[in-house]
Formats: sequence, C-alpha cells, structure tokens
Amino acid sequence: MLLGRTANGLYWMFRYIERAENMARLIDAGLRMALTKTSDAPEEWSSVLMSAGVKIGYDSKYKEYNASLVSDFLLRDLNNPSSVMSCVETARSNARMVRTALTREAWEAVNETWMVLKSTLASAVPETDLPRVLDQIKRETAIIRGAFHGTMLRNEIFNFARIGTFIERADNTARILDVKYYVLLPSISYVGTTLDNFQWESILRSVSAHRSYRWVYDVEYNPVNIADYLILNSRMPRSLNFCYSNIVDNLKYLALDYGKRHECHEMSESIMTRLENNEIRTIFDNGLHEFLSDLIHQTNSLSSKIAQAYNFD
Amino acid sequence: MKPFDEMIKTSGDVRPPYEQLKCWLDTQNPERLAQKSLDAENVFRKTGITFAVYGDEEAAERLIPFDIIPRIITGNEWRRLSQGIEQRVMALNAFLDDIYHRQEIIRAGRIPRELFTHNDAYLPEMVGFRPPGNVYTHIIGVDIVRTEENQFYVLEDNARTPSGVSYMLENRETMMQLFPELFQQIKVRPVETYPKLLRQSLAAVAPPGCEGTPTIAVLTPGIFNSAYFEHAFLADQMGVELVEGSDLKIENGRVVMRTTEGNRAIDVLYRRVDDSYLDPLTFRRDSALGVAGIMDVYRSGNITIANAPGTGIADDKALYSYMPEIVEFYTGRKAILENVPTHRCSEPDTLKYVLENLSDLVVKEVHGSGGYGMLVGPAASKKECEAFALKLKANPKNYIAQPTLALSTTPIMTQKGLAPRHVDLRPFVLVSDRIRITPGGLTRVALKEGSLVVNSSQGGGTKDTWVLDD
Repeated sequence: MLLGRTANGLYWMFRYIERAENMARLIDAGLRMALTKTSDAPEEWSSVLMSAGVKIGYDSKYKEYNASLVSDFLLRDLNNPSSVMSCVETARSNARMVRTALTREAWEAVNETWMVLKSTLASAVPETDLPRVLDQIKRETAIIRGAFHGTMLRNEIFNFARIGTFIERADNTARILDVKYYVLLPSISYVGTTLDNFQWESILRSVSAHRSYRWVYDVEYNPVNIADYLILNSRMPRSLNFCYSNIVDNLKYLALDYGKRHECHEMSESIMTRLENNEIRTIFDNGLHEFLSDLIHQTNSLSSKIAQAYNFD
Repeated sequence: MKPFDEMIKTSGDVRPPYEQLKCWLDTQNPERLAQKSLDAENVFRKTGITFAVYGDEEAAERLIPFDIIPRIITGNEWRRLSQGIEQRVMALNAFLDDIYHRQEIIRAGRIPRELFTHNDAYLPEMVGFRPPGNVYTHIIGVDIVRTEENQFYVLEDNARTPSGVSYMLENRETMMQLFPELFQQIKVRPVETYPKLLRQSLAAVAPPGCEGTPTIAVLTPGIFNSAYFEHAFLADQMGVELVEGSDLKIENGRVVMRTTEGNRAIDVLYRRVDDSYLDPLTFRRDSALGVAGIMDVYRSGNITIANAPGTGIADDKALYSYMPEIVEFYTGRKAILENVPTHRCSEPDTLKYVLENLSDLVVKEVHGSGGYGMLVGPAASKKECEAFALKLKANPKNYIAQPTLALSTTPIMTQKGLAPRHVDLRPFVLVSDRIRITPGGLTRVALKEGSLVVNSSQGGGTKDTWVLDD
C-alpha cells in the first residue's frame, strides 16, 4: 500500500528523469545532423523540437532555428517544462515529496544530479561545450538509474517508478519515429542517398542505437530494419516492444501484490499483443504514421488509466 | 564579565567533561579537522538536510551550518536537567487538562483569567474534551540555557510542534561517520532510538477503540515548508506514511488517506501543521493544509492528534512568566528548573521600566517564534532601539522583556582554530503512557562572535550534543 500521491510522485519523478535524458539525446542527434553539410540545419532543428514535443512553445518565443537557441531552449529554459533543467527540477521536487519511498542512495543520486546540473546549466552553454554537457546529463541520469536499480526493493514503489520510465520512453521513441516517418518511407529496394543515410543514423542516434543496430542487423542502414528495430525488436531497450513488455510486467506485479486487476491491465496487454504479433511490413502497408500516432494516443490514455486505477488521478 | 565557558575554566584549566576531547583535539592536525568540517557540510548538502528561509528566495533551501566540536554534558548535569524537564512536562499536561476543564488554577487566583479570554492559542473547541490517554502535549522541545556551572534556565517550552529533532539525529550520525575513534574513547549515551520511541509513544495514545497495531501518519504542509526535511525524515525513520492535507478526507467518521489500494483509516496523526490550518471547517477557512472535518472526528474519539489542538496556550510567551506558579500548582513542588525573570509589558509600571532599560533587555513578541521580531538590546543600535520602542508603546500587550542572559559558550571550529560561541540546548521529550527524554538534544550555536541569537533562521548553527555515560 502506498499513498496515491506517493505513487504519483514516483511515476512522474521517473518520467521526468527519462525525459531529461531523452532531451540530451535529441540535442545530440540534432547537433550531428546540423554538422552535415548536406542537411538543412534549421529544418533539422525544427524537427528536433517537434520530436521533443515543444515546438509550439519554441515558436512562440523565437523566430529562427539554430543550434544555440534550440539547445538553450531544450537545456535551460525554465519556461519550457520539458527542458533538461525543468525536468530535473520537477524530478527532484517529486523525489523530495516521495523521499520516504526512496533509498538514501536513490535520493542522493537525484539530489546530486540536481545540484550538478543546476550549476552546469546556470549560464548559457557555449556550442563547443555542448558535447561535454550532454554527456554529463546522460551520465548523471545513468547514476540515478544505477543507484535505483542497485538499492531499491522490488516492490510496488519500484513498479510505479518503472511504469513511469517506460511510459515516457515509449512516448518518446514513438514520437521520434513519427516526426521522421517520411524519411523511412521509400521502398525497400531504394538505396538511400547520403542525406538519407544521415537521416537514418540520426534517428538511431537519438535513441542511442546507432551502434547496437549494427550488431543486430547490417552495417548498411535500411529504413525497414530501423523501423523494425525501434518498434518490434524485443531486446532493444528503447523499442516500443521492450517498453510495453516492461509496462505489462510491472502492472502484473501490481495486480499480484494488490490482488486486483484494472482496465489498464487489459489495455496494456492488448497493445503488447499488437506489438508482438506484428510484422514490420504489415505496419508499413497499413501506414507507419497511422500506426505511430495511434500508439502515442494509446500510451497517453494508458497513462491516465493507470493513474485512475491507483488513485493518483 | 566573561560568560561561563563549558570547556575552559577562567583559570585556563579544562573542565572535566571536556578533558578527553581536549586531549584528542590537541593531537589533531588542524588541516584534517578543517577537511572534516567540509566533509560534514557535503554530507548535509548531499542528503538534502536543508531548511527553507521564508521570504528569502535566493536561499530557498539552505543548510544549517554544522560545527564539528561536540558539546558535552555530564551524566550528573543531565540527571538534574531531566528531572526538571520531567517535572515541567507533567505540569504542562496537567495545566492543559485543567484550563480546558475546571480551571482550578484560575479559581485559585494563581493566574489571571485575561490570559485566556483574548488569546488565539486558547481553543474553545477543546473545552470539556479529553484527548486519548489524557495527553495534550506529546512531543516537547524545551529550550534551556546555561549561565554558570550550576545555573540553567528554561527559555521556552515549545509545547506545540517543536522542530529540530532530525538535526539532533543527523548530527550524531555525521559525527559517528567523521570521528568513529572518538566514540570508542568517550562513552556517549545514544540518541538513535528516538524515532522508535516516538513511534511507541504515539502508538500508546491511540484512540481507545483502535484494534491491533495503530496506523500512524505524519501530516506535513508539504515540500515548501521550512521543516519538510524533518517531517520526511521522521516518517521514514518511524516507517509510517507522510501525508499532506490533500491525501486525507473523512469517511464514515474516520480520517482516511487515499492509497493505491483505496482509502485507509488513520488512528494517530502526528501533525506538523499549526492549529489554525488543521481544519478549515473549524479554524481558518482558507486552509488547504488540513482536513475538513477532522475536529469532529477528533472530538468523537476516532483519531489522536499529536500534539493536541490548543496546546499552544501552554507555551504562549504571555504565559511563560507564570510557569513557576504553574509547576508548583500541579506538582506540589518548587520548579527544579528556573524560569528567566520576565517582565510583562502589559503592566504599565513594567512597560516604563522596559522602555527605560531597552538597551539591556531582550524583548520578544508574545506570539513570535524563530527569533523573528525580537530585539536584543545590547546588540541593537540606538536607532533600532528607538524604532522598537515605538512598536512596543503601540502594543505593549504584545511583548515581554527579559534580562540579557550571559549564555554559556562552547568552542566551535573557526578558520583560526577553536573559539567560544554562545549556545542553547533543546532536549526532546516524549509523553504518552510515560515520559521519555532522549539524552542530549539539539545544541544551537550563534556562529557570529559575541552574538546571542542561536536561531537557524538568523545565522545560527548546530552541534552534536553528548551526554556522558558516567
């Protein structure tokens, strides 16, 4: 038994930690693309903002897209609720609220991340420093994850935290793919141009999968494989399949613990079934964009159903 | 005159309780000690042992400076202190029971009725109601100062919601991490059992109808409260839920909390929310920190609230000057611990005296706390005194005045080595089926040379407090 508010705090704490890390990756991928002479940098930055789900907020503030404005907006802007600093602030507030549910190590990792990033992000990050700062963000969130995994009891507290992580991650992966779905569309026989190759790599890079892809598939990037990897592969830790399988598992533990199943159980399992019993070609045939936008929508509604079931709506 | 120093006598000799520590200090490399000070600060910052300073946005979360030199009290000194404290908390509870019932003490003419009639701390809602176990103030932090070898005074009783106990515990924890060797050499009585005792103590005053293990919760105003760290710390250490008003509601005549498995009834609520915010239906209607209807549940005996609403009257500063009479009235014996002589500015002759001697006195607001709104005469400029005199004349009832006490000093670690600073002491007391006093308490220290204000909101720090097992 947990307070509903505690479950809520854990869920959002981990959603925001995950989001902070994803923001760092998106900026990283954006930087890479902008360095490519063949690409249209403003266009790339605009799509980074779209993947981050904050384009409207950005457009109301700035008229142009470039590395320093976009990365500042995504890293430091406290008016952007999804900026790394906002995420870390929110994650820490939630952690303070649920402090009694965290081990000392887990709490200290979050608190330290907050202290470190507050000072790193206190002033604008020069472009030359961006790679270092992005690495630092990824490292800090990795430490939180490590402390959490290494010390937390595998109970309901753990489950709510994990559900938060994977809901956020599923949303993030689906969004990245959806923003770039048209890049993946050309037929299988089509040999990508240099630009396509960069675009494909950029997608993989934004989920830290550009190296592991080669372990699973081929050295050559191929849009169908990329989509397969990020949607259906059950071992790729940021694929939709992987995210959902974790959501389903953690919800199952809750049902076991509490002796009660809810609507969110049915729903998550039915989404899981769709991911398991699907072929990437079928998804392409039925429309990749339709598939992804439906999944984003479903993930959102699953999130509310979970909150309802466990009294934190 | 030089104030009494707890480590070094005027002769220059070391006082016996500090002998071992002094020997050890003399063998230490100053650089290593300075490093340990930094280590301690890092531990506190990392752990998030912070407090908020209201009205100070820059420092929304600040550390209370921690000094690594322990303050030492002998077993004998402690025995006398704890007898005095025990007598005092018994008197406080008896007093509360009396003034919410027959008011014998007023009938006996020992204290004036006016003290209650226009006092917000006196809650008419509590009249005729007896809390479970007949305990009103369950958790007390008595502020004690020392002026000489054998002279202690009670400065305040803090009978409503004393804070600081988490610092007492964390200070000890930190000291044990930093200087394990010291604890092997010197026998110090443990404080670590406090959370367990608190839990036992709260469980012992569960409502009579409660079956099985009582469900206990700590009620906090939330993460923006200055003492939030302590609320979370205590809930965590006791293994109980930390709840906010929004988690609670009334269901079937019980206070319930909203959990992932539905609503659960609470038997004992250790609330760290002031009386006036506790129940918007009874007290402040705009309060979002409390629970609408909790007073009805309380009055029908279905929940224990600790401390009981209305206990604030017992540590009201207007009442403080009557404490010697109160202790004697209910315990039949003279108070073991003395009060600081107190001038009530509400009395015209006294007001005149206070105004004439402002630069020698400490003047406090009757309802103030945390060192806000007070004047320390000897430390104040002429201008400050004049400004304060105006406030005082405008509303004399609102103030009491006390002589400036020469608070004892203990050494702190400064950049130039050890230096004496003024301290006070807040031991923590638990009352339920019996009285439990944790040996030690929170020593607060004024870090500025010569300063007498030890409050953390005013630049005070803390120290670990050792009661020797001798």
